[in-house]
Amino acid sequence: MHKVLKGFALTAMAVAISGAVQAQETPKPGGEVIVTYQNDVATLDPAIGYDWQNWSMIKSLFDGLMDYEPGTTNLVPDLAERYEISDDGMTYTFHLREGVTFHNGREMTAADVKYSLERTINPQTQSPGAGFFSSIVGFDAVSSGDATTLSGVTTPDDYTVEITLSAPDATFLHLMALNFASVVPKEAVEEWGRDFGKHPVGTGAFKLDDWALGQRLTFVKNEDYYRDGIPYIDQIDFEIGQEPNVALLRLQRGEVDIAGDGIPPAQFLQSRQDPEFQKLMVIGDQLHTGYMTLNVTIPPLDNLKVRQAINMAINKERIVRVINGRAAPTNQPLPPAMPGYDSDYEGLSYDVEQARALLEEAGYGDGFETELYVMNTDPQPRIAQAIQQDLSQIGVQAEIKSLAQANVIAAGGEQSQAPMIWSGGMAWIADFPDPSNFWGPILGCEGAVPGGWNWAWYCNEELDARAEEANAMVEPDQREERARIWGEIFTTAMDDAPWVPIFNEKRFTVHSARMGGDDALYVDPVHVPVNYDYIWVK
Amino acid sequence: MAWYIAKRLFYAALILLGVSFITYLLLFLIPADPARQIAGRSATPEVVANIRHQLGLDLPFYEQYLRYLWQLLHGDLGRSYVQRSQVSDLMAARIGPTLQLMAAGIGFELLIGISLGLVAAIKRNSGLDRALMAFSFIGVSSPHFIAAMLALYFFAVKLGWFPLGGYGGIEHLLLPAITLGVLGSGWYSRMVRSSMIEVLHQDFIRTARAKGLTRVRVLLRHVLPNAIIPVIPMIGIDIGIFMSGLVVVESVFGWPGLGQLAWQAIQQVDIPIIVGVTTLSAVAIVLGNLVADLAVLLVDPRIDVKNS
Repeated sequence: MHKVLKGFALTAMAVAISGAVQAQETPKPGGEVIVTYQNDVATLDPAIGYDWQNWSMIKSLFDGLMDYEPGTTNLVPDLAERYEISDDGMTYTFHLREGVTFHNGREMTAADVKYSLERTINPQTQSPGAGFFSSIVGFDAVSSGDATTLSGVTTPDDYTVEITLSAPDATFLHLMALNFASVVPKEAVEEWGRDFGKHPVGTGAFKLDDWALGQRLTFVKNEDYYRDGIPYIDQIDFEIGQEPNVALLRLQRGEVDIAGDGIPPAQFLQSRQDPEFQKLMVIGDQLHTGYMTLNVTIPPLDNLKVRQAINMAINKERIVRVINGRAAPTNQPLPPAMPGYDSDYEGLSYDVEQARALLEEAGYGDGFETELYVMNTDPQPRIAQAIQQDLSQIGVQAEIKSLAQANVIAAGGEQSQAPMIWSGGMAWIADFPDPSNFWGPILGCEGAVPGGWNWAWYCNEELDARAEEANAMVEPDQREERARIWGEIFTTAMDDAPWVPIFNEKRFTVHSARMGGDDALYVDPVHVPVNYDYIWVK
Repeated sequence: MAWYIAKRLFYAALILLGVSFITYLLLFLIPADPARQIAGRSATPEVVANIRHQLGLDLPFYEQYLRYLWQLLHGDLGRSYVQRSQVSDLMAARIGPTLQLMAAGIGFELLIGISLGLVAAIKRNSGLDRALMAFSFIGVSSPHFIAAMLALYFFAVKLGWFPLGGYGGIEHLLLPAITLGVLGSGWYSRMVRSSMIEVLHQDFIRTARAKGLTRVRVLLRHVLPNAIIPVIPMIGIDIGIFMSGLVVVESVFGWPGLGQLAWQAIQQVDIPIIVGVTTLSAVAIVLGNLVADLAVLLVDPRIDVKNS
């Protein structure tokens, strides 16, 4: 709690200082903003929405117990005013803010928090996020349909929620900040049933005013929002169905404020070199790593030397050039913005001679034939071709299998199907800013199952055990030690070379000149893509 | 006549059944797993199995198909896997704009196609004729995506005559409709041209001219009505081709129609929407052909359905 208060004080000081230096940069309330997207907004139901387009829209309509400081990955309490963790790390007690109301005027209470979690886990809801909450006591009973209430969530009074876990989990506060843990009012959910996603009612900074299917969504400011003065903007119009190239042309004309889909690959170089355009473009990091999986169960990739040789044969700098510099080359699974990233790690650097020697030692001096699966939308096949050319330098002939996204995912989930998969366009952007999210599903044993996401089929039980230990380190003063252990887990895994980590993608948001607010808000690492609550109009 | 219509309707129903069966079968064979898609990447195998059961995806193919047909007969197209809304709601919101653009697009196709064909037939074998026919050939063979982008670039960005895409008033409608009209007019202009030339050589035309009618009157009163007959069933056939262009043009111009919905659904493997839009398109094509065939009867009483 002290830490949190200190955080607030620092933020307040920072705001005061920057306010004094740049008086014109003070947020100004009011104004209407136009944001464009190409695809329909799938749903605004927080238990269901799971794409980068509706992720921050839902965050603006709903709140959870926890959230992040705008533009950062620092956890702060949101609907919870404060929280306590029991000494064994198994029980979390959240004290709710009083007087927070839903858009329908009713006050939010502890019962709503409990109901919302139960709703997400209930199989009838078909939530893609249900699995995140498996550490709560009673999860299995609700998940299997045997119960509708979570025995691990209790409400001693209207403003207190106690959540008991079956094992200590250092990521639990992050889970409470996921959209899937947003608080929803039972009566509105029951009124709309499965169409709640089209008629969302939350406690968030904005409320949905109108939705013309396939054309436009209008968000208006929630005048009763519990944070004073937030949001700054009065209204956001999301125009749907706009081709990204057309959206950029309209933005340059001043008809659009934020081009939600960013810059299409074909336009990127031209846009980036245009000085007028540079002023409108914000570049940010994202919690993303692009990698090629090497299926450790399919010969000859089951040979460590072969996997190391493939790692050393790939020219990552060139691949980054292939995508016009929209990423930075990397050598480890964790992205740089993630706690635990090891900036001193050297990994398996590009060295074709060494790669050839390793293949020779492994007994594949003449190379071999294999397959590389890739998603079929630009620029992924071009990246696969670059990898293919690099591999042919050491005699490895990779046939490219370019398929629709769902089909590549299906191939990865079958153990004997895909020797190599380029992850671009499918995996892996973190759900929350914690290294554990980069382990379990994609490198841990739990993901190496049919239909799982561990496409390398890498299963190291020793590392899994260490991961479990790290996750049990819940004390705030253990945070640094925990990050260090996680970093080690990933670099140790790279000794077995189940992946070729290739690059960390950057994010590019384009906004009109009249938009104000810190650049970090336009490439917010959690409120993806843009934190609508804190941006403002000059 | 009533018997003829009844027979045609019966065939239409058979065609629709066939189309729905083939679409459903093809999508059934796609290796993507909708249950897994819905369950997300954090799901346990039990959760996936549970969702599969709820959607009836664990049933054998014929049961799934019969269940789909049964619901279809009750007007229920199911729920989208991605959006989770009723497919019928999503389609209903978009059918108006699509019909609007279709009507305007086919209108421009006919206007441009018939006028060009008329001029080319009158000036046949001249330089103008060759230029017009070359133009129609280019129109028919242009890829819709490129042509639509170019139209948008020149007329909306460079010249500023039209708004940059979007939906709304007549100014939003004109550019996509004219683009569709120009691209599709080639079929009509070539057809009108050759059928005009054929009619112009008929004896009754020479008679009409001989008895002193003006050239314009002969063309409009005697040549055109005869030359236009093959165009009418062509419209029915064209609806199918036209729709494929509509999918692309709607996406480029940001027109909130069914084509755009289908385009998105295909990218996301959202099977209920794909099946729904396909079924509706099949209905439109079958109905379009039926209406066109009936319209020919009205225009040309010489056609006898009793003996066909």
